[in-house]
Amino acid sequence: MKLAIAASVAALLALTVAATTSATPAGPQGANGSTVKSNEVVTHYAYLGKEYREPAPLSLLKPAVIADEGLAGVRLGTSYNNLAGKFLGLKFVLDETMVPQDGDVVAAAKKLLASGQHLIIADLKAPDLLAVADLPQAKDAIILNIRARDDVLRQTQCRLGVFHLIPSDAMLTDALAQYLVWKKWTRWFLVRGKHPADIEYANDIKRSAKLYGAKIVTERAYELETGARRVDTGYQEIQTQMPMLTRGVPDYDVAFVADKSNSFGLYLQYRTTDPRPVVGTDGLVATAWGAAYESYAAQTLHDDFLKLAHREITVRDYEGWLAAHLLETAVQQGKANNVDTIRKYISSDNLKLAGYKGEGMNFRPWDNQLRQPILLMDPLSLVSISPQPGFLHPNYNTDTLGYDEPQSLCKFSK
Amino acid sequence: MKTVNHHGRHTRVAAMGFLLLVFAAPPAWSATLFVSNERGNSVTVLDSNTLKTIKTIPTGQRPRGIVAGPHGKWVYVAVGDSNRIDVIDVAKLAVTRHLPSGADPELMAVGNDGNRIYIANENNAQVTVLNAETGKLLAEIPVGSEPEGMRVSPDNQITVATAEGSSLVHFIDNKTLKLAATVLVGTRPRVVTFTPDGRYVWASSEVGGTVSVIDVSTHQVVQTINFAIPGMRAEFIQPVGITMSMDGTKAFVALGPANHVAVVDTKTYKVSDYIVVGQRPWHMALSPDGSKLYTVNGFTNDVTVVDVKSLKPEVSVRVGRLPWGIAVVP
Repeated sequence: MKLAIAASVAALLALTVAATTSATPAGPQGANGSTVKSNEVVTHYAYLGKEYREPAPLSLLKPAVIADEGLAGVRLGTSYNNLAGKFLGLKFVLDETMVPQDGDVVAAAKKLLASGQHLIIADLKAPDLLAVADLPQAKDAIILNIRARDDVLRQTQCRLGVFHLIPSDAMLTDALAQYLVWKKWTRWFLVRGKHPADIEYANDIKRSAKLYGAKIVTERAYELETGARRVDTGYQEIQTQMPMLTRGVPDYDVAFVADKSNSFGLYLQYRTTDPRPVVGTDGLVATAWGAAYESYAAQTLHDDFLKLAHREITVRDYEGWLAAHLLETAVQQGKANNVDTIRKYISSDNLKLAGYKGEGMNFRPWDNQLRQPILLMDPLSLVSISPQPGFLHPNYNTDTLGYDEPQSLCKFSK
Repeated sequence: MKTVNHHGRHTRVAAMGFLLLVFAAPPAWSATLFVSNERGNSVTVLDSNTLKTIKTIPTGQRPRGIVAGPHGKWVYVAVGDSNRIDVIDVAKLAVTRHLPSGADPELMAVGNDGNRIYIANENNAQVTVLNAETGKLLAEIPVGSEPEGMRVSPDNQITVATAEGSSLVHFIDNKTLKLAATVLVGTRPRVVTFTPDGRYVWASSEVGGTVSVIDVSTHQVVQTINFAIPGMRAEFIQPVGITMSMDGTKAFVALGPANHVAVVDTKTYKVSDYIVVGQRPWHMALSPDGSKLYTVNGFTNDVTVVDVKSLKPEVSVRVGRLPWGIAVVP
């Protein structure tokens, strides 16, 4: 074990020491304003993503495909890292791997690991993420999950080397549930799609309802043949379908929709039989980020992102940026760039990751999930931020969101 | 007198302040307080004796940083969303001119000669230096991301700037208008200030939850100060404003959502007291004689007056919406 770490550190350093004699950043006494090339400390990290085939969003205002989603955020983070780094003698180098739709993620990961990359920003779905994390070569790697919200990755399928920046679905439904309970909107009509992911998300909603004392008055499953998203006078069909789906429901306060593949949720709003707000995967959503969020200096990130990518930032872009920023924070504040020191730093509660959420964030030691406030947003504005007032926890109030230590099924095998 | 009372405790404090104001002899000094209201697009002007609003001055969009020039003639207000500095003529209590600050100015500093204004361009990773009178551009200095805190040394030789997004404190040589040194501090540094003797710079790290003390001659962090309030979660302790007492023995550190101001002994670096003020205090200023500390409380839309000798909050007075900074003109 010890030898393996030493070897991997050596591999990383082999890439970094070209112009450096020490793995310790210059630190406070750092630089005098100009770039000091001679003792620059270089940190390499990799982005690993895949062009998954995904259904296009129903809204025509959203692009059907964003080729650089996630990656653009990592690029922006890297440019920030180097902006600060040039004053401290630190340099950050991003290695980008985008696996094509029919490509092999595991093969790409093996290649990265063989080249000495042990800091991997993973923009992958859960099965690929696990396949990469379980590679023997990845035993000492740090894998930053910026995409997969599956609860199981924080529970029975947790991995010691995988750190989750993106919140789990359970955190999102808890964030919404707290707000709904605070509003006293505690009678929920659960409308879900029929895909496995929808069923899992519906289970999260049920878990949150139980936890916070809300009632699910009824549950309905629905499947809409998505078809073409542009149809002449297609609204007429929707206008008759949605009332049929929502007819004869016992009195409720909100329609809680679980439609992770975005196939009908958008169509519920204003079309339910009873006039009720829609929350969940559409309407009022819980998310780590949104383009209309501007508190805690967030506007800077939006403006810089727009300059770089010429489009609105998405939650995956934000997580990509945050992953790069996490690595910068670890190297800068932890004062070393070898994998072992970075792991120790990001695993400790000394980590105070700044993600434009107003408070320093760190990882839950029991499942490597980043603690974080969750935004509640409609498409055009911030509605609230959870945890809500009055939802308290002995350690971190954000631990009221998602699986807390007593409920954790994660057992890291070392 | 307008008071704003949000808790039982504040009601009492306000009532006491009212009595003091009625029966105590008027102080030997008077000053005009200028408070920037970030949401209100205005500056509230208060009389220090009566604590009454004399005037509400409309400004450009999103006024945040506010500083007084050294001769008491001008007050400068950074109006970030209007991309300029509004200049208030103190005699007229009105914005009479503007300075071209560059993009999104957040906070600035004026040296005690009053000739130059040093501006942090939050959204542009640079410091802009202008002639404070003519607005002539003297320099644009690239720094780390999200520059905010700015302060000129007592001898006018150095200007320090924080880069909030990069966790850096930059030292600018005022002769060359180039960076002389850069120092790494805790996460998201927001405010810097010099000790009155000019030997140390104190920098608050909002998310890091600490204050770093930097030796100006060596550019080394010589002390990192931590804060802990019983019953208060660590993540809510977010140091922002730092104001030194006039004799330099105490530093006041506003702790944001912790709703307290910490009192730090500048010799031992020990925290001696935590003073409860309004909600989300950020920036602060002293009265001209140093006997009162004014804290600007963003969430309760008020300014709390703290007695520096007794360290007791005396009264809170209402200002505009989401107040941010304060400048005191004798």
